[in-house]
Amino acid sequence: MVVNIRKLPDRYYIMPGNAACPGCPETMGLRYIKMALGDNVVLVIPAGCSSVIQGIAPRSGINFPILNIVFAAAASAASGLKAAFEAQGKDVHVVVWAGDGGTGDIGFQALSGAAERDEDIIYICVDNEAYMNTGIQRSSLTPYGAWTTTTWTGKKEHKKNIPYILISHGVKYVATASVGYPTDFIEKLQRAAKIRGFRYIHLLAPCPIGWRFDPGLTAKVAQLAVQTGLFPLYEYINGVFRLSPIAKKYKDPKKRKPVIEYLKLQGRYKHLLNKPDEVKKIEEYIENLWHLIDALEKTFTAEGGKGEAIYRSL
Amino acid sequence: MPIMGLTGNYAVAHAVRLARVQVVAAYPITPQTTIVEKISEMVEKGEMNARVIRVESEHSALAAVFGAASGGARAFTATASHGLLYMYEVTWWAAGARVPLVMAVVTRAIGPPWNIHVDHQDIMTLRDTGWIVSMAQENQEVLDLTIQAFRISEDPRVYLPMVVGLDGFILSHTRAPVDVPEQEVVDEFLPPRRQPYVISPETNLVMGNIAPDDIHFLMRYSMSEAMEAAKKVIEEVDREWAKLTGRRYGGLVECYKCEDADYIAITTGSWSGDAKKAADMLREEGYNYGVLRLRFIRPWPTEKIAMAVEGKKGVIVFDRAVSMGATGPIFADVAHTLYGSNISLMGVIAGLAGVDMKARDFAEAMRMFSSRVEEEGRVYEPRFWLLPRRYRGRPERVKEVAKRWS
Repeated sequence: MVVNIRKLPDRYYIMPGNAACPGCPETMGLRYIKMALGDNVVLVIPAGCSSVIQGIAPRSGINFPILNIVFAAAASAASGLKAAFEAQGKDVHVVVWAGDGGTGDIGFQALSGAAERDEDIIYICVDNEAYMNTGIQRSSLTPYGAWTTTTWTGKKEHKKNIPYILISHGVKYVATASVGYPTDFIEKLQRAAKIRGFRYIHLLAPCPIGWRFDPGLTAKVAQLAVQTGLFPLYEYINGVFRLSPIAKKYKDPKKRKPVIEYLKLQGRYKHLLNKPDEVKKIEEYIENLWHLIDALEKTFTAEGGKGEAIYRSL
Repeated sequence: MPIMGLTGNYAVAHAVRLARVQVVAAYPITPQTTIVEKISEMVEKGEMNARVIRVESEHSALAAVFGAASGGARAFTATASHGLLYMYEVTWWAAGARVPLVMAVVTRAIGPPWNIHVDHQDIMTLRDTGWIVSMAQENQEVLDLTIQAFRISEDPRVYLPMVVGLDGFILSHTRAPVDVPEQEVVDEFLPPRRQPYVISPETNLVMGNIAPDDIHFLMRYSMSEAMEAAKKVIEEVDREWAKLTGRRYGGLVECYKCEDADYIAITTGSWSGDAKKAADMLREEGYNYGVLRLRFIRPWPTEKIAMAVEGKKGVIVFDRAVSMGATGPIFADVAHTLYGSNISLMGVIAGLAGVDMKARDFAEAMRMFSSRVEEEGRVYEPRFWLLPRRYRGRPERVKEVAKRWS
C-alpha cells in the first residue's frame, strides 16, 4: 500500500484559530489522522496540550468529535465508548490521542489494561518527550540529558520504551511514526484501521517550545530523530516485526547522521554539546536501541515470506 | 412475579439485568464483588445481553462506563470503600458531563487499618460531586431503587448520575425474599435510554474542552437546579413504581411513626430497621419516637425533613461517618435545615468501622437525649460519640487504647 498524499482529503481538519503554539507537531499529527481514516473517527483525549489546542467551548478548533477525559483514564474511557458503539451496531474508529505522560506515566495502568484486554481501539501516543502542557517537566519518556524545568542539569535516566512494552503485551499492532514522515504515519494508520483489536502507534512529536528549537524546524527535527537512529520506525503486526522502508537503512550505523546534528538544533541539549562523554552516552543508547531492534527483527519473523505477505495484505 | 431469596448484591445484579444495561465495567472489591460476579455469570449464560469490561482498576471502571454512557449505551458499575475513593476523580467528571449513569456503592469502612465492614464514610464522600445519592434499607428496596435509578438519572429534568447505596454484608451478603418483577413490568416503567447528547461521528460533538469561566459557573448552577428538579422526579417515580408493583417507599424519605411523635431519630441505610425497633421500645417507656429514614442524601430532602420535625421536641441524628474536626455529615445538613428553629438537636456518631449497633444501642442514645431535653430544656449537642459498648462510660480504657494504637 502506497499513500499518495495528494489523493487524500485536504479539508480543514484543524481550523484556523485553534490554540496550538506555532510549529506544533500535535496539529500536524491530528490532521494526518483524519486524512488517513476519514470522518468515521471519535477521539478520546486525556489532559494534555490537546485539551487546550481544541480551543474554547462551545466551539472547537479541531473538526473531530472528541470525548475529553481525566488524565489517567483515556484507554479505559475509549474501551467503554467502543463497547457502546458495538452495542448499537455502529462501526466507528475510537482513537485515543494521548501525550507521553498520559501514555507512559499517569495513564499507563489504563493503557496496559486496555492492551491486555485487546480492546478494539487505536491508541496513539503523541510523544513530545516531557509534560509540555504544564510547562516542560520531565516524563519517563524524556530522553537522557534533556533539560526540563524539573531536570535543570539534564535528565539522568534514559527514555522508557513504551512501544517495546506494548509488543510485550502481545497486542495486534504496534508501530512507531514521526510527524516528519506524514505518508509513513498515514500508511500505518490505514494498516492499523484494517486490523481488529488493540492497535498502538507511538508518534514522535518534537515540541519547539519544550525542546527549544525554531518553530519552523518541527518536521526537520522529527526527521533527524529518525535519520540519526534515535527513533527507529517500525511496525509489529500479528507477531511479525518489520523496519519501516524509510528507516531500514539506518540499521547500518554508517548511514546514520551524527547525533550531534540532532542535538545541536535543540536548546534542551545546549549544556551537553561540549561534553563528549554525555554525547557518547546518547550514542551508546542508540547502539543499544538497535541491538533491541535487531533482536525483535530476529524474534518476530514469519517463515517463507509470510511476514511480507501480512504487510502486503493490509 | 417470582419471589427469590436474594442477597443485596444479587438484587442489584437482577435489577441491572432487568434494566437492560448494555455495558458493565467493574473491579472487584469486598463487599461489592458478588455483584459483578453475578452479572458476568448472567451475561455468559446468555440471560443478559451486555458487554462486561473487566477493567484493571476502579478508576478505569468508572471511566469505561462513562465512555460507554457518552456513546449512548445504558451503563453500570459498582464499587465500595477504597474503590470509590480511587475512582473519585472520575465521579466528578461523570457528573459534570451530565451523562446518565448508575453505580452501586456497597458501603464499607475506609482504612487504615484494613476493614471490610460497613460504615458510611465511603458513600458520604459523594455528597459534593453532583451524583444523586440514595441509600436502601433492605434487599427489596435495593432492587427497586436500582431499577428506579436508571429512570431518575435518564430523566431530562435531571440528567445526573445516580448511586444506589447498600450496606456492606448487612444487605450485600444477607439473603432475603425479594419480589423480582417481570421484564415486561420493568420495560413499561423504564423507557429507552435518553441522554442530553451522544458522542459519535454523526454528532461531531466535543465534550469537556475548556469553557469560559462564567459558562462553567453557570454549568455548576444548572447542576444544582437539576438536583432540585430531581426531588420531584424521585417522588413521581416512587408513585409510578407503586402503581406497577404495589411497593411504595415515600420518595426522598420514609417516615416511621413520625406523625404523633415528640422526638424524631434521623437515620439512613440498613440500621434504620434497628432504629425503628428502638423507637418502639422507647414508646413503651413513654418517649414518643418516630424515625425519619433518609432514602436520599443528595438531593438533600430539606422540605421533607423540615415538615417531619415541625413542632417536635427534639431531633437526634445518627451518623455512620464523621467529618473530622466537625460533625457527622448528616448532622451538618440537618442542622442547616433546622436553622432558626428552637428544636433540641443531637448528633450521634456511631457504628463506625462496622461496630455493631443494635436496637438497644439506639435506644440508649435516644433515651439519654430525651431525658436531657426533658430535664434541661433545649439541648444542642452536635457531636456525641456513642462508643463501642464495652468502652462506654470508661474514659480510662479509651485513653489507654488511644495511647497504644495512635
